[in-house]
Amino acid sequence: MIRLAWLILRKDLTVEVRSGEIAYTTLFFAVTCVLVFAFALVREGRPPEDGAAGILWIAIAFAGNLALGRAFERERQAETLRALLLAPTPRPAVYLGKLLGIVVLLAGTEAILVPLIALLFQAQLLAHPFWLSAILAAGTIGFAAVGTLFAAMLVRARSRDVLLPVLLYPITVPVIIAGVRGTAALLQPQFEGDIVRFWFALLIAFDAVFVTLSLWTFESVMTD
Amino acid sequence: MPKWFLRAAVVCAVMFVLSPFVIANADYESTMGLVQKIFYYHMPSAWMFLVAGIVCGVASVRFLISGDPRHDRTAWAAAEMAVIFGVVTLVTGPLWARRAWGTYWVWDARTTSSLVQWMVAWAYLILRRYGGPGSDKLAAGLALFGVANVGFIYISVNYWRTIHPATTVVPKLPFTMGFPLWYCVASFTLLFVLLLKMRIRLEEQRATLDSLYLSLDEQH
Repeated sequence: MIRLAWLILRKDLTVEVRSGEIAYTTLFFAVTCVLVFAFALVREGRPPEDGAAGILWIAIAFAGNLALGRAFERERQAETLRALLLAPTPRPAVYLGKLLGIVVLLAGTEAILVPLIALLFQAQLLAHPFWLSAILAAGTIGFAAVGTLFAAMLVRARSRDVLLPVLLYPITVPVIIAGVRGTAALLQPQFEGDIVRFWFALLIAFDAVFVTLSLWTFESVMTD
Repeated sequence: MPKWFLRAAVVCAVMFVLSPFVIANADYESTMGLVQKIFYYHMPSAWMFLVAGIVCGVASVRFLISGDPRHDRTAWAAAEMAVIFGVVTLVTGPLWARRAWGTYWVWDARTTSSLVQWMVAWAYLILRRYGGPGSDKLAAGLALFGVANVGFIYISVNYWRTIHPATTVVPKLPFTMGFPLWYCVASFTLLFVLLLKMRIRLEEQRATLDSLYLSLDEQH
């Protein structure tokens, strides 16, 4: 199953490397988001206190929604999703491959976003690189786990473009809360290890529960 | 409609008409006075809001496993109940909070998780309304995630900050305040059951009508 998931991931990445469609649009959109926040919130060169963590996660959530919608739209237009589902593979492997593709894409976006926000909002985001990447990774997996399932479910639904954010954001509220609070704790002058560890543990628990639920639900909602 | 429905509906109406008198006779709470009486409607509706969410989640899981449309109709009806009782809860809560906490809204564990649960119920209904064919299974998946989500939101905001009164005060209430509360809980529970039953029946009738149309088409 891992091998199949890897094959799907490699297929998605190959398509992406050749066209660059989702990566470029997502990245550009995320950067635009951050710039809008910078124009709205930075006054006379002074950024708002504690704003960087929130802006980072809003940008990830917005860009993630865009990438998720697009990732499945492409499969739908080319009718390749049906081929993927008809292939003699276990459904959870298809889900896992798609999930990994989204996570890789968002990780690339975050790699650009973090230094940009650190620069524009004068935040010490890179002070604890290990914890920052741990929280970003756990949060991105949680967000993408729910998002991949919903985007896949909505492929055949009417008005899927508007429905995806409507369904996705209420469910991912805990990821946003934990991500923002955990990142904000990293930005404090004194490192608050207990707080960071709590939010990280909550994100890991969320990931475990929602990935398990998604693997189970994917099978039954994609069958018809 | 079953025979008990009409009788129960009359009982429920009488109970709601009498409820202001029962509440008016309850003791005044020493610090908050009259405003505290909102609690007699707030807490029962909040409980029904929670029950509706649980019914929707359980029915959705059973629908995903069995594919039986009866569970799907129950889940849909329960989601609508969650939105209705959620409105009552979310309107009465801030009115009380304005007096008790000095502000209409506080991002505490219970208020935040209630609001998000209410939004998930809305998302469920939007999906059913605009999702087109096949949205029943998608909505069941959403309901499953919504139920799993409430715990996480609760833990996360609780760690962050909380000031909402705990439910442990309920068994300790004196009789003069406890009786009106349980009276209201009974009224709201009855209302919930009646509305749910009515809504499920409406969907059943629709399903019957659809199948009749289909069989008519086949004959021609």
